[in-house]
Amino acid sequence: MQGIHKRFPGVHALDDVSFEVRAGEVHALMGQNGAGKSTLIKVLTGVHPRDGGSISFLGRPFHASSPADAQRQGISTIYQEVNLVPTLSVAENLSLGQAPRRWYGIDWRSVRRQARERLAEFGLRIDVDAALGSLPVAIQQMVCIARAVAVQARLLIMDEPTSSLDRQETDRLFEIIARLKARGVGIVFVTHFLDQVYRVSDRITVLRNGRLAGSFDAARLPRIELVAHMLGKSIEETTALESRGSTARGPQAASAAPLLLSARRLGRRGAVEPFSLELRAGEVLGLAGLLGSGRTETARLLFAADPADTGDLYVGGARLPGRHPREAIAAGLALCPEDRKADGIIPEMSVRENIALVVQRQLSRLGLVSRRRHAEIAEEFVRRMGIATPDLNRPVKTLSGGNQQKVILARWLASRPQLLILDEPTRGIDVGAKAEIERLTDRLAAEGLGVLFISSELDEVVRRSHRLIVLRDRRHVGELAGNDLSEEAVMNLIAAPAGQGDLDSGGRP
Amino acid sequence: MSTGPEAPAWSPRRPLRLPATVWPLLALAALLAFNLIWTPGFARVEVRDGRLFGSLVDIFQNGAPVMLLAVGMTLVIATAGIDLSVGSVMALGGTVAALLMVEHGCSVGVAASAAVAAATLCGLWNGVTVTFVGLQPIIATLVLLVAGRGIAQALSGDQKIRFEEPTFEFIGNGAVAGLPFPVYLVATAVVLTFLALRWTVLGLYIEAIGGNARAARLCGLPVHGVRLFVYAFSGFCAGVAGLVAAADIKEADVANCGLYLELDAILAVVIGGTSLNGGRPRLIGSLIGAVIMQTLTISLQMRGVVTEHTLIIKAVVVVLVCLLQSDAARLFCRTALTRGRGLGYPPRR
Repeated sequence: MQGIHKRFPGVHALDDVSFEVRAGEVHALMGQNGAGKSTLIKVLTGVHPRDGGSISFLGRPFHASSPADAQRQGISTIYQEVNLVPTLSVAENLSLGQAPRRWYGIDWRSVRRQARERLAEFGLRIDVDAALGSLPVAIQQMVCIARAVAVQARLLIMDEPTSSLDRQETDRLFEIIARLKARGVGIVFVTHFLDQVYRVSDRITVLRNGRLAGSFDAARLPRIELVAHMLGKSIEETTALESRGSTARGPQAASAAPLLLSARRLGRRGAVEPFSLELRAGEVLGLAGLLGSGRTETARLLFAADPADTGDLYVGGARLPGRHPREAIAAGLALCPEDRKADGIIPEMSVRENIALVVQRQLSRLGLVSRRRHAEIAEEFVRRMGIATPDLNRPVKTLSGGNQQKVILARWLASRPQLLILDEPTRGIDVGAKAEIERLTDRLAAEGLGVLFISSELDEVVRRSHRLIVLRDRRHVGELAGNDLSEEAVMNLIAAPAGQGDLDSGGRP
Repeated sequence: MSTGPEAPAWSPRRPLRLPATVWPLLALAALLAFNLIWTPGFARVEVRDGRLFGSLVDIFQNGAPVMLLAVGMTLVIATAGIDLSVGSVMALGGTVAALLMVEHGCSVGVAASAAVAAATLCGLWNGVTVTFVGLQPIIATLVLLVAGRGIAQALSGDQKIRFEEPTFEFIGNGAVAGLPFPVYLVATAVVLTFLALRWTVLGLYIEAIGGNARAARLCGLPVHGVRLFVYAFSGFCAGVAGLVAAADIKEADVANCGLYLELDAILAVVIGGTSLNGGRPRLIGSLIGAVIMQTLTISLQMRGVVTEHTLIIKAVVVVLVCLLQSDAARLFCRTALTRGRGLGYPPRR
């Protein structure tokens, strides 16, 4: 791609960007949210027409009128979300639109056989007659990849393929990437995870504000320099930002601080085994564990989003019946959910309304609405949190991921909670916004809020927490604090064989 | 407001920012203009016995039931639901009122209140089956679409119930200051609902629930309560519409009262711009939609178009108005006109 330009009203989304991928290489495309990664991919695959520049593919000028057209010509894209039909079987999904036919119709026997063969190539042994939706997301994603590669792809674009995968699943994906590389397929890999970039990429291209910040050999680009390029900051500044982590751990919450929340043998069948935990004002309590270890389930029980089967929950000394989030909110709890799209934003509603939704109840007992008051509150938080939006009436779905997350945070902070549950607050957002959210966490705790911080990024949760609970297989298996709290200790607890290192009662009494 | 490097990716060629009701309003204006010029006698309004007569008045007098239904339906559809039962509930309401007056000698006030209460209960039943039983709205309300008229038939012994009750007839035929009484009913319903949507949390909560019910619940909104309310309110509106329809013809006609009116009401709401996927309730749009439907019916009658053709023409107009509202369709037309081609992509080699 040479000198690509793309303008949207008010934005020059791509400004003279050039980008090349060689056969058999993994090329990481990096940049903050809004840097132009997605736009570049969309121009390449024919979602958006380009306003300038040229594209050539396999030595010939290339033009795709739609993603399907691009796929026919050998460029396949895999998106963050699974774009197949969940109710159809794996085999049906794999052959969709290209099923082998006979005179009597579709030849189901070869459909199944081909599906098994294709999946075997990736070392996947699953029932091809199972409905796609019944399988774990990771497997679904592998099926997507199998499908994308099956149509003779010479170039495979992966847009944040690992954001919903856990560590093992990611490893498996990387094995597949290695196999594809060996077959001479070029791969474009978009992600926010620095570790992964260095594990698989041969080259790295960084975009910033719609411009090319540079293309580099991965082996010759120090991590700190990559971050500096993404942020557009000098290396000294970035170093300061990164090392801040170790010193930034706030003072240990004094045990004299008032107890905000205590759960006693709280549990829910099929979600998380009974656990006990306590959280004091001004304390950041971390929850660490692999995907599916019960982190989100714990958060949902505390917030009464799901009813508990057993145990009691006390907030500020009073028992919470735990039937509806409304009770939790009234008691001063707030929850930033893990799945921003499904549980967080109301996409069509404006930034103003999204922010005012929770605080409204406190504004008027009679349920009267004052738009002016809403606008004032929204404006205050847009300014305080640096939410990038052209105006308050813009539907929140038009904002970037990081800004949507800030809107949800603003919604809760506006209601002045005493205890904030952050479930994966930094997932899928760029480095800059991540750092901001981490800093905000510190500040809120310093102001006396209790924070429950859940993250699958170990360094982040270890850096932020005063105390940390480790989960494995839906059980609370250990608690670390003070000098014992390190990434290594957490990993040891997660990796410990079942039954070892578990607390007697599955948590602290 | 900061517009930093994270400026959001807008959709290409942002559509004109106009109030959403512009398109149905434009369609209505076109329809009225057509009739004023080409349909003889359409604009004529006479004063007889101190009240206005004419097709422009008829639009509101005859269209009142659909307009009332559309008010309730707007809220239901905005929560991503639908209420198919309103036509049958109308029939039930009219029957209850007529029975109480004719067979039990109840006063008009008691009969009317009981009828509306019964209709509201029907709506509440819909709400309960949707929220607590968890049926899909289309199925839950289909139950009462069938059963509602059945109950009305059982109550009336499948007979039309005629009544002579001037006070009651006033609901459908009366006039105040020259205008038919149903016009005032519709105006009251629209104004009160509009104010409730705008000045109370009702509008905010309905839109949030229609936009993302899971997120709304996590925000502590009373999702069940709002759902119960909108279905009950839709039943209430159907009850009032049933009174108007019965009073208008001085009988409760179980078999025909409100027949297929649920479809007209849904069309009015859709024409008005409320998304069937839920979201912002467009009450004024729904009202305009109902007026469009009724104007069409009356003008086609006046032009002597046979009924079968009327239905087809109505369908065509509905499709046109819906296309007019679609950003994608307008963009398609604009690009086609300016570039002489379907879409603005360079030709493929």
